[in-house]
Amino acid sequence: MDFSTFLIQSLNSVQYGLLLFLVAAGLTLIFGIMGVINLAHGSFYMMGSYLAFALSPMVAEAFGGGLISTFIIGIVIAIILGYILEWMFYSYLYERDHLQQVLMTYGLILVIEEIRSILVGDDVHGVAIPEWLSASIQLSEVMTYPVYRLFISGVCILLALAMFFVLSKTKLGMMIRAGSVNREMIQSLGVNIKFLYRIVFAAGIAIAAFAGMVAAPVSSVYPGMGQGVLIICFVIVVIGGIGSIKGALIASLLIGFIDTFGKVLLPEVAGVLVYVFMAMILLWKPSGLFKAGS
Amino acid sequence: MKKSQTVFIAILFIGLMGLPFLGSEYAVDWMTKTLIYGIFALSLELLVGTTGLVCFGQAAFFGIGAYAVVKISADLGAPDAIYLLPISMLLAGLYALFVGALSLRTKGVYFIMVTLAFAQMAYYVIHDTPIGGGTDGIYLYNKPLLFGWSISSSLEFYLFTLGCLFFVFALLGLITHSRFGRALSGIRINELRMRAIGYETYNYKLMAFVISGMIAGLAGYLFAVKDGFVNPELLSWHLSGAVLIMIILGGLGHLRGAFIGAFAFALLEEFFRSEAIFGSFAKYWHLGLGLSIIFCVAFLPRGLFGIPSIWQSKLMGTKNSTLEDQE
Repeated sequence: MDFSTFLIQSLNSVQYGLLLFLVAAGLTLIFGIMGVINLAHGSFYMMGSYLAFALSPMVAEAFGGGLISTFIIGIVIAIILGYILEWMFYSYLYERDHLQQVLMTYGLILVIEEIRSILVGDDVHGVAIPEWLSASIQLSEVMTYPVYRLFISGVCILLALAMFFVLSKTKLGMMIRAGSVNREMIQSLGVNIKFLYRIVFAAGIAIAAFAGMVAAPVSSVYPGMGQGVLIICFVIVVIGGIGSIKGALIASLLIGFIDTFGKVLLPEVAGVLVYVFMAMILLWKPSGLFKAGS
Repeated sequence: MKKSQTVFIAILFIGLMGLPFLGSEYAVDWMTKTLIYGIFALSLELLVGTTGLVCFGQAAFFGIGAYAVVKISADLGAPDAIYLLPISMLLAGLYALFVGALSLRTKGVYFIMVTLAFAQMAYYVIHDTPIGGGTDGIYLYNKPLLFGWSISSSLEFYLFTLGCLFFVFALLGLITHSRFGRALSGIRINELRMRAIGYETYNYKLMAFVISGMIAGLAGYLFAVKDGFVNPELLSWHLSGAVLIMIILGGLGHLRGAFIGAFAFALLEEFFRSEAIFGSFAKYWHLGLGLSIIFCVAFLPRGLFGIPSIWQSKLMGTKNSTLEDQE
């Protein structure tokens, strides 16, 4: 492996890791704050990709194109969907045990997958990269790197920073963090906890859907794409420590590297490497690298 | 074993023994599959219902049991279940030992995710490496004999599967009512207290995990021999989810509940896949299944097994609890 290959793979690793972080952070948010283990989280990632696929031609017709407007419309739709789903299903799960959460969200996966199949079928689709992002950067004489992948990394970093800022510096973030520790207390302080939860949930879903939207042009859009991501994100949450956004970030980047370089260096066992890594971490630290609250 | 359970099992087995003499070939085939589901569900019931460990990777042990028989019998002319079956179970048990030893270091929702992740690991090993023959799966060329007899007809195999189910029922009945099983129940109710009175709870849980994995391996063995074919989907997390649904659907905390749940699940699957009822919409059968699961979690948290006690409490105004029945 020469240096420019190494560089390209490193950039790919970071981009993949950051993308995973967006999904895992939403999962951590929903689990860490509301205590709901959401198996359907990957389905929202998939939904995002399909939204990008379905919306981009419509947006092109209505506004004369624009990836950014597609993203904005997609996010709005995802927030509304998340709000409705919380109201219809998830709000009943807060008091239930993990087993019932697992089951209901598993049922939800089946329902979402089939609705997708009815609406758009089971074909694999591609989403075009807009012209202003379709260029490549010359890394060496023979190696180029697509700008769009850099764009993904940049957007993910911005979103991650925004998330950190909201959670640690704003009053909303303070209420969210307090709600995760003691629900009754924050309620008695006059915070409408039900509404707060609904917002956090909708935000978590919108972030996952957004990750799916940005990834769509690179990874293509196909049925079942959410489930692979979901399980990798579980691994990330386990490695990083439940409820720790910082842990999720570091674990995402590690997994991004292991997966990307694994596929290049050891293609035959690449699928397993991530899990071997998880097993090793668990042997060393059973509750993850950054246990929340410690 | 309690009297009601003995009566239930006796009636069930007499009924199941009689089925092949009434039903069609198709019914026997379908019932064989359901019995295998039943064994699989019972294996998980020991973990979830008895010990309180929510394992989301049970399909891995099922799949390993299934792949073991196909891989090992490939090189043998006329393999015999007498050694093939124990080997399948042993391999599934070994993987359960590995997964259990690591995942039992974690608790609660971590445990759910870690078992799921390790099941995915097994899935990728089978799916990606040359061992498993890739996505297409492998055929079983030499159907195993049983003590030198061929049990190739569907009727004979049905009876063999029924025997296995009976064996698993009896074994788990003995386990749950033994000292060991009571310790497992104690762990489910309050692990800290069990530890305080001197139980090495980790070892107990690991033991339960390995036994459960071996029984799931048995179910996998039967499944592979029945269909004569294995593919990586046998290890997929969909199957792990399905078997969890079976035991919840039936009602946790009862061995009977696990079997009833498996039966009900198989019926639901058959119902939603039926083209006679749903026409061309039957290909979207996951939609109906998913909605029934959501419905079941929302309205029947204690499963089908809990329905009589809900009625009873409505009629008589008395409270009944399910999980405590076992104590």
